[in-house]
Amino acid sequence: MKKQLTVAVTGLNNIDSPGPGIPVIRALRDSEEFDVRVIGLSYETLEPGIYMHDMVDHVYQIPFPKSGTEVVFGRMAYINSLENIDFLFPNFDAELFNFIKLSDRMENELGIKTCLPSVDQFESRHKVNLEEFGEKYGLKVPKSKMIFSPAEIQDLAKDFTYPMVVKGQFYDAHIAYNKGQVEAHFNKLAAKWGLPIVIQEFVYGTEVNIVALGDGEGNTVGMVPMRKQYITDKGKAWAGVSIDDQGLLDECQNLIQQCKWKGGMELEYIKTSDDEYYLLEINPRFPAWVYLAVGCGQNLPEAALKIGMGEKVTPYTDYEVGKMFIRYSWDMIVDMKEFEEISTTGELGPKSKKRAS
Amino acid sequence: MIALKKNIAVSESGFVFNPTTGDSFSLNGVGTDILKLMKDGKSESDIKSSIRAWYNIDEETFEKDYYDFLKMLGQYKLLDAE
Repeated sequence: MKKQLTVAVTGLNNIDSPGPGIPVIRALRDSEEFDVRVIGLSYETLEPGIYMHDMVDHVYQIPFPKSGTEVVFGRMAYINSLENIDFLFPNFDAELFNFIKLSDRMENELGIKTCLPSVDQFESRHKVNLEEFGEKYGLKVPKSKMIFSPAEIQDLAKDFTYPMVVKGQFYDAHIAYNKGQVEAHFNKLAAKWGLPIVIQEFVYGTEVNIVALGDGEGNTVGMVPMRKQYITDKGKAWAGVSIDDQGLLDECQNLIQQCKWKGGMELEYIKTSDDEYYLLEINPRFPAWVYLAVGCGQNLPEAALKIGMGEKVTPYTDYEVGKMFIRYSWDMIVDMKEFEEISTTGELGPKSKKRAS
Repeated sequence: MIALKKNIAVSESGFVFNPTTGDSFSLNGVGTDILKLMKDGKSESDIKSSIRAWYNIDEETFEKDYYDFLKMLGQYKLLDAE
C-alpha cells in the first residue's frame, strides 16, 4: 500500500518557457511508493497548472517573493491549517531564498519538510559568484563580471572580446556582438530582473546539461545528462536526448561531493571541441525537463521527497541512454467560473477532496 | 586501423546515434554498409573489396568517396582517436 502524503508544489507556469512544477508533479504521481495529494501554489492566475485538475488537487495563490519571508510564512501557515502539508517542493530560483530561510521554521512550527540546499550553497552558486565558486572547487568557469551601470559597458572591452554573454541575475541570457547590443540587453534585463547584470566570456562548444540530486552529505542520489536537440527563441529545450557522457557525470559527481549539495539541481555546461567542460550555470532546483530523468529510470523528484521525509534513499546507478523528450503545447478549455474563483478567492479546487489530517 | 567508436549505434535503416554527444545521422545504403562492416571489425581492404563487389564501382572513384566519408566520420567524432 502506498504511503499518503500532501505535497505543495510551485512552478505551475507550464508555458513556452515552462516552470518545473508540472513535470515534478508528474514524476510524483508516477511514484510507486507514495500516493500524493498535490497542493499547487501559484503566483499568477493564468499559470496553466492551476487548471490541470488531473495534476493538481487544490491551488492557492501565494505572495510574490519580494513580499518578504514573514508574509510568505503567514500564507503558508494559513494554507497548512487547511491542508496539513507534509512536504514543500519550490521550483523557482527567485522564491528559493525565502523558502530556504524559512525551511527550519516551517518544519518546526508547521510540520512542512523540504529538501533544499543551505543558504550558503544557494548563494555561492549564484551567477554573480560563479567564478569564485569555480576557483574554490577547481572547476572551469567562463570569466565573468558584474556590472551595475551602463557606464561600465565602455570598459568591458579591456577584459572581454566580442561576442560576450549578457545575463540577468535570475533568468535570461543573450549573446552580444557589439557594444550597442550589450547596452540594449543591459537595459532589458535590468528592467526585468534588476541589477546587477552579469557579463560572461563566450565559450565556443556544445551545450550539455545534467539534472542531479544531492543528499546533502556529498552523495549523488541520481543524475542524467541531456543534450538539447531543439531550442526555442528563449533558449529553452523543446526536445532533448539523454546521453552517456562520462566526463560530464564525473564533473557533476565531483561538484556534489565537494560542496555537499542538498536537493535538486541542474548544471549547464559548454563542452569544447577539446572535450573540456566549462560550467555556465548552476540552477538550484530541478529543471523543467526533469521528467526525462524519470523516463530514463531515475525518479529524482520522488527521491528528493524521500530525502526530505527522512527516508532511506538508494542512489541510482544507471539510466537509459538515447531516451528523448519532446515538449508540446495543448490548449485547455477552461470555464470562466474557475478563472473567477482563483482571481477573487485566491484558491481553486474541490475542498471536499481534502484528505483528513 | 581506422575504427568506429565502440558505443556508436548503427541501425538496419542507416540511423546512427552517438550516445556521448547525442548527435544522430541518417546514412544512405552505401554509408550504412560501410559502417556495418566497420562495426564488424573488418579491415580496410575487406571493406573496400566488399563495397566494390556489391556496388560495381571502379577503385579510383570508390577510394575518393571512401576517404571523404572517413574524414566526415572523423569530423563528427565517430571514430576512435587512434
